[in-house]
Amino acid sequence: MAAQDTASETRKGYSVPSNDRSPVNDLLDMPLRVVNIGLESFADDLTAEGAEVVHVDWAPPAGGDPELAALLAKLGA
Amino acid sequence: MTDIAGRIDAANQEALRRIFAGDPVLVDVVPAAEAIPALWERMILHAGPPVDWSRMCGPMRGAVAGIAVFEGWAPDLEAAAQMAGEGAFDFQPNHHFDAVGPMTGMTTISQPVMVVENRAFGNRAFCTINEGLGKVMRFGGNDAEVLDRLRWLRDGFGPAMGKALRSGGGIPLKPLVARGLTMGDEMHQRNVGCTGLMLRALSPAMAASAGDLKELSRALAFIGGNDQFFLNIAMAMGKAIMDPVRGIEASTVVTAMSRNGTDFGIRVSGTGDTWFTAPVEMPEGLYFPGFTEADANPDMGDSTIVETVGLGGFAMGAAPAVAGFVGAGTASEAANFTRAMAEITLAENPEWTIPALDYRGVPSGIDIRLVVETGLAPTINTGIAHREPGIGQVGAGVVRAPLACFRQALKAFAGQMGVA
Repeated sequence: MAAQDTASETRKGYSVPSNDRSPVNDLLDMPLRVVNIGLESFADDLTAEGAEVVHVDWAPPAGGDPELAALLAKLGA
Repeated sequence: MTDIAGRIDAANQEALRRIFAGDPVLVDVVPAAEAIPALWERMILHAGPPVDWSRMCGPMRGAVAGIAVFEGWAPDLEAAAQMAGEGAFDFQPNHHFDAVGPMTGMTTISQPVMVVENRAFGNRAFCTINEGLGKVMRFGGNDAEVLDRLRWLRDGFGPAMGKALRSGGGIPLKPLVARGLTMGDEMHQRNVGCTGLMLRALSPAMAASAGDLKELSRALAFIGGNDQFFLNIAMAMGKAIMDPVRGIEASTVVTAMSRNGTDFGIRVSGTGDTWFTAPVEMPEGLYFPGFTEADANPDMGDSTIVETVGLGGFAMGAAPAVAGFVGAGTASEAANFTRAMAEITLAENPEWTIPALDYRGVPSGIDIRLVVETGLAPTINTGIAHREPGIGQVGAGVVRAPLACFRQALKAFAGQMGVA
């Protein structure tokens, strides 16, 4: 990917752009088309800014409860 | 597929077969004591899972006091309430006696009950006659006007309706509901179409057997003037359809959802007649002029048997008009309620279809696994009672079944299946 091509490694291991004009900035300069998964408020904020957003109403199985998720797996859900 | 998953799948297919094979027919109206021989003096059947006087909400207490006066067990409302507190009445859930009742759900010996027979399985289910809107006993009303209406239902209307039904051999309900769905009904908060169809079906026989034209006119005007007349018939129908689904080993299908104004309870086929309960939720909706959310009682009634068979909130897409009435938004949003309920059910009813959704069937067979997995609680369309005794209905809205009931049921079911 272009981002990796232009990235350098910091001491903490994070990738950062090696110049001021990263592909991310190019992306943000274009009209955004966003798929938001999970928290709907993120989609609402983007919509309020005029972005085109499709929200996917998703949550972890059983609301993230590991005991119930394990039972569901055993019960064929 | 694992052995357990395979057993559950087979059991659930049997549950669906029984739901869709049901053939409910409205056959009679009889005194409750005749329909339910176990009823006796001072026994009061109520909506929801078991609840005693100390935990009953305001409108339920109001209805108890009113029905005790109606039956002649207490001289007045105050004495009735005192007797209730002293343990003079035997409180039992309708569901334990093949019956259902809307809101407070009072069923006692002399009240007339409508009889729905499921001819595919031979079982019967019972429900009292819908009293109309506003100040009525099911919403906790208990004054002279309310009790006088109940006396007329017992002495005049009920016997006349029963006679008409017997003379015609009964009214099949599945085709009637199928037509109602095409007329904008969802059979919980909108029953305009089905009430009209029922009036059309009943009136010739009622006219043929009428001895008094003024009384006939009053009876027909009562049906025609009550948009919710069919609700109680739909409830008895739901109970008659779902009772044969009880007790299928390894089935995760919900056979009853019900509320007593304090607790919400569900029953699941594979766990038999055990209730899984959690505190009821507060409906969100619209209020009649002069009332607000501060006046509202939490969710109440056996009427959620309608959602249990795939109608009511599950069929919201068929009834855009009700979406506005219960504060659920636009017609397209109404369709979304039905689509969401498809996520927690196993099949679509092949005979009850929704034109606006390209004739998709109503979502049927609530699976506790799907409810817990998705976190999507069943949507219920409901009336809203005033929280104080004696006032009645103050609005209508939408409420969710508490997820805690389904989580409890899933754990109990898993234990029964030997899954830890």
